[in-house]
Amino acid sequence: MSTQLEDAVQPGPVVVDIAEVSKRFTIRKDNSLKERIVTLGRAGRQHREDFWALRGVTTEVRAGQTIGLIGHNGSGKSTLLKVIGGIIEPSSGSVSRRGRIAALLELGAGFHPDLTGRENVYLNGSVLGLGRDEISERFDDIVAFSGIGDFIDTQVKFYSSGMYVRLAFAVAVHTDPDLLLVDEVLAVGDEAFQRKCLDKIRSFQQEGRTIVLVSHSLGQVAELCDRVILLNQGEVVVDGEPLEAIAAFRDILEDRRVAEVGSDGVPPRQVARVISGEVSVQGRAPGEHLRPGDDIVITSTFEHDEGIDDWVCAIQIDNEHGQVIYGASTIVSGYQLERLEGRRAVDLTIADARFGEGKYFVNVSLMDFAGRHLHDIPQATSFTVRTEGHSRGPVFAEPSFELRPKA
Amino acid sequence: MTAALGYDRQVMSERSDAESVRLTRYAKLSETPLQSVVASRRLSGGWSSLRQIFGHREMLDLLIRRDLKARYKDSSLGFLWSLVRPLTQLLVYYVVLGQFLGAARGIPEFAIFIFTGLTIYGLLSEIIMGGTASIVGNTGLVKKVYLPREIFPLAAVGSALFNFAVQLVILIAATIVLGAFPWHAGLLYAFPSLALVLVYGTALALILSAANVYLRDIQYLVEVLTMLLMWASPIVYSWTMVRDTFGAGSVALDVYTNNPVTLAVLGFQKAFWMAGDASHFPPDLLLRMVVAFLIGLVFLFVGHTVFRRLQGDFAQAL
Repeated sequence: MSTQLEDAVQPGPVVVDIAEVSKRFTIRKDNSLKERIVTLGRAGRQHREDFWALRGVTTEVRAGQTIGLIGHNGSGKSTLLKVIGGIIEPSSGSVSRRGRIAALLELGAGFHPDLTGRENVYLNGSVLGLGRDEISERFDDIVAFSGIGDFIDTQVKFYSSGMYVRLAFAVAVHTDPDLLLVDEVLAVGDEAFQRKCLDKIRSFQQEGRTIVLVSHSLGQVAELCDRVILLNQGEVVVDGEPLEAIAAFRDILEDRRVAEVGSDGVPPRQVARVISGEVSVQGRAPGEHLRPGDDIVITSTFEHDEGIDDWVCAIQIDNEHGQVIYGASTIVSGYQLERLEGRRAVDLTIADARFGEGKYFVNVSLMDFAGRHLHDIPQATSFTVRTEGHSRGPVFAEPSFELRPKA
Repeated sequence: MTAALGYDRQVMSERSDAESVRLTRYAKLSETPLQSVVASRRLSGGWSSLRQIFGHREMLDLLIRRDLKARYKDSSLGFLWSLVRPLTQLLVYYVVLGQFLGAARGIPEFAIFIFTGLTIYGLLSEIIMGGTASIVGNTGLVKKVYLPREIFPLAAVGSALFNFAVQLVILIAATIVLGAFPWHAGLLYAFPSLALVLVYGTALALILSAANVYLRDIQYLVEVLTMLLMWASPIVYSWTMVRDTFGAGSVALDVYTNNPVTLAVLGFQKAFWMAGDASHFPPDLLLRMVVAFLIGLVFLFVGHTVFRRLQGDFAQAL
């Protein structure tokens, strides 16, 4: 954490300057010559539909920053990434850029299946702007990083998809980029390789390289980025602190979910509602910081207009990065609930809770036995835990070191 | 406290290295000018994209090699296959048209005559067909990273030229075997012929490759077009036959003759087909070729402009 914060303090020169960029996609339904001739002229216009993927996006990226682009599907984040990469031209506005760029958009897309791994490394390296000698120089590193080993002289079409992606990633990160564009590709490969990728990205950050990444994993974004841009329907909604942007994104997601539920025919006024969630600890004033070992009581209130027998009270606790730290529900605990009609409150006591230092958010859900969420309040309430600072991470347990005597 | 401190201390020692690396990078970046990413709206348009293509010549080289390597990768005869087609064509046309239909009677050294035409025409049709498919065939690269997209049709031109060179060697070997290596001043006609094919072929490859991205019908249209072009030029019959049909000096004959493909084929025949005397060729052949070449340059410029206009939306149309 500390390293990222210090990186943010001293940003370098502007690497990408984006001014008033808009992108319109025209969706055509007539794609063959015949259809187009038939629908020539005015009729043709009915077969076209405009879709604004980006609207008036203005921002700049400074060297050394790691920027996360988040937003739901179709919000324009991948388009923005491709506009930065010069792969898609904006309909209006300007983009300028400097330095060497490497794009991990569709990994290994430039690979030719009939060529060997070795030949593809040269081809791909050249695509990313390396000279032949430079590739030869780094070739061993690339192979070592990819972990492909002897398969390097095998045709790429015989590779497993994991090997394919690993080799492509290895080439891209060895091109000495000033600016690295990453689109959802960190979720590839086995866990060990993912760890390797993340380590590589961290060392890139240390070396002052700029990274722009698109990810659906909010936890990853919170962990890696020092700035997050939230896009919604092609517009920048939030551009700033990761936690702030992620919180805003959660709100948008929740609005959409509610809207979707509403459009499914369920009346907008819900029959089942979560009214509130509250945290209390015996012996501590409301708002006072909690300590490890406290018995945390979470009181949630539910309401149902028609009455429901198979209902479940579920509580989930997330940390600041959006990672799930704790979850409990009446069905998992085997606790029998009475029929819910009107308003009822449920107390959940988490005995001897040992959360680590930090802020935690409580999500309260009302579900049925089939696991359907009838209503949720994400971040219904929050609490902060203070420890003596003896350990890090989401779990607190008192550490004690002892040097063993010499054998 | 200790665990946390140990971690920080390790970071601190690496810090000074990373710091200097970072500052060097920043300094280097500050010196490089910010460049507009939007290619089609750059002021110096055509010229700067030519410079960019030149800057990517190593890439062009690799792409050509890749095309050639990948084409016959898993076949045991390998690139010999690229010779099978023209040689079969030669055999069929020689036997069927030459002997059965009697075209050979009016044309001395009929085999050389046909192969000469097929060689130069093969180059054109391969440029057009390969070029048309080039952008769609490289979807992966086009969508992945920005490269001057002209590279893909140009790579198709390059690999067509390689096959052409191989065929040319066979053609020359054949002339030697048949005892008449074309060692005469007329051999120089090969160069304007080649130039004509390259200029028109490249222009068409640029336009068609871009159009094919939006309308996949183009590649089928091109198959028909190349067949038409072949029969519209004196490859398996001689120019004199057309002259006799249309009548010398007629407008139809002029239209037929001034087709750049016809001119290129005629020029190539003048270079490698020794048996034909002056009466086999139209008057002012060289002048016609020069004019066609100049028009071709304009056409190439137009083709490139069209290509640059269309390329902005490639990545999303693919």
